[in-house]
Amino acid sequence: MSASNASAPGPSAPTINPSLGGKPADAFERELITPEGVDLRIVLATASERAGAFLVDAAIIVAIIVAASILCALAAWATNGTTRSLIGVLWLLGFFLLRNAWFLIFELGPRAATPGKRVFGLRVASRQGGRLTADAIFARNAMREIEVFLPLTFLLTSAGGVDAMIVAAGLLWTGVLVLFPLFNRDRLRAGDLVAGTWVVREPRRTLTFELAGPEIQRAGRFIFEPAQLKAYGIAELHVLEDVLREADRDALGVVAERIRAKIGWAEGPDESDRAFLRAYYAGLRSELEGELLRGRRRRDKHHSL
Amino acid sequence: MAELELKSARFRREREGDWGRLERLLQRLEREPASKLSDDDLLAIPVLYSATLSALSVARETSLDRSLLDYLESLSTRAYFLVYGTRPSLRDRLTSFFAKDWPKAARALWRETVLSATLVLLGAGAAAWLFATDNDWYFAFVPGQYAGGRDPTATTAALRAVLYQHGSQNALQLFAAFLFTHNAQIAVLAFALGFAFGVPTALLLFTNGCIMGAMMALYAAHGLLFPLGGWLLIHGVTELFATILAGAAGFRIGWSLAFPGERTRPEAAAAAGRQASTLMAGVLIMLMVAALLEGIGRQVITNDIARYGVAAASGIGWLVYLYRPRNFPR
Repeated sequence: MSASNASAPGPSAPTINPSLGGKPADAFERELITPEGVDLRIVLATASERAGAFLVDAAIIVAIIVAASILCALAAWATNGTTRSLIGVLWLLGFFLLRNAWFLIFELGPRAATPGKRVFGLRVASRQGGRLTADAIFARNAMREIEVFLPLTFLLTSAGGVDAMIVAAGLLWTGVLVLFPLFNRDRLRAGDLVAGTWVVREPRRTLTFELAGPEIQRAGRFIFEPAQLKAYGIAELHVLEDVLREADRDALGVVAERIRAKIGWAEGPDESDRAFLRAYYAGLRSELEGELLRGRRRRDKHHSL
Repeated sequence: MAELELKSARFRREREGDWGRLERLLQRLEREPASKLSDDDLLAIPVLYSATLSALSVARETSLDRSLLDYLESLSTRAYFLVYGTRPSLRDRLTSFFAKDWPKAARALWRETVLSATLVLLGAGAAAWLFATDNDWYFAFVPGQYAGGRDPTATTAALRAVLYQHGSQNALQLFAAFLFTHNAQIAVLAFALGFAFGVPTALLLFTNGCIMGAMMALYAAHGLLFPLGGWLLIHGVTELFATILAGAAGFRIGWSLAFPGERTRPEAAAAAGRQASTLMAGVLIMLMVAALLEGIGRQVITNDIARYGVAAASGIGWLVYLYRPRNFPR
């Protein structure tokens, strides 16, 4: 089944006993054992996803500040400056809140994610599992002060004519903190390190339809020999699943052709590629799941039990 | 073929109703407070969660339907975060913070607090001593923006006038808001700088001490130390205490990163960070109080004795609140 992309072992690649030296299939996959003893295999966010999420948040914050400033100026102008002091207070406190509380409030919520993180399907979680406490969220966001705002202030206030040494020190400082996540395997930024948190993927998946529903086999047209069902393993089954779910006509044709050739299947007169593949998928899954129940997991077509 | 349906397909058919219900409940909980859900629904969540989790375990061993496994993993993870991540209500958290967490953190960091206070006092002492040797040192310690005309060239009358200004009520609110946001930002900075092993935090504390020391020495040279004390301490007790605590929080982080002890460095840093940030939340509250005292209280109260009274009351108040012996309920 080389027509399709090689199937990377996804997060669902089952590990028989991950706690006993089972190597994670993915460099970003981590163990998260619930109190019930089930390993949820969470996946960490990559550095680029984190950066993207932050940029989305920053863009929203800047947009709000600009809009609010214009509104404040308009309000002051409309009232002939009589409310200037009140507007000033509101603006100052609003700016302070946006700068400090934006991340705090969103991450304290039930989804533990700012709008930027939601866009990328991420959330903050405690590294030890369990409860994400308010003090941890405070700590991880207070650290933004030195990761983001200090370099930014430095950049804005000393744009012209400062000592080259100071600029170099500033760049070094910024570089160390901004690139910090790239130099540890859990992609922790300074705030995560101090707070005991990390950022994980929280994909939203919907339950798709069952490919091997009863109606497939009831059709009765496709009866496979046991030998034909032993041609492939689990990796190929998953590729077949992807092809069927994507339902791309050309891909279906190519894959159907390959399978027919491999198992020696004579194509019927009005047999559609899709119907054939679904039937074969159901048959193969039934066969491989049967093996699974006997404790044999046939990884791919090269793996003999 | 007697068996028309795959075992794994039947497994899924029999349970997907429950999974769908859990998914809908999770969606509701993410949008609205738990109090809006019916008792039935709330009680169902843990049951549905453990059913889903055990379905995941079974599916991993028996099903080769990858989309089903992905779905169950995603659903279980979301439910896990919700079931085990639930936090007490805001009111309970606030009560616990004021009754227990904040004083506890302040006491746990007493060594850092002493260090932090020493640095501020050292800064003040050094600046005062240097000012006594040569008045020009003043300009090295107090940047122009803080001085606002209060420098060695000013007359005694001008220096005195600053201490007893009345502001208009409107300007005072703005002033208080500015002071709070400015000081809070500095405090958060002092805390965060602890990450660089506490060195910048120490510098920040020392320079703040210098500014204070230089200004006090300037006023003392004009025989205005007593009124300056009232002017400074009415809010300064609270503000300085808050700054010292912020520095202490920073030192705790820096120390745990440099010397993690028996734990791994990330573990030590995380434990220190949480404790220190509890203290920092308290620091922000103190700074809010200080800004109100400075921006409004000081401009309204112009009597020296009254100013000293407020200063003493606030100092004793904070000390008693944070360090009074008490039994923390477990």
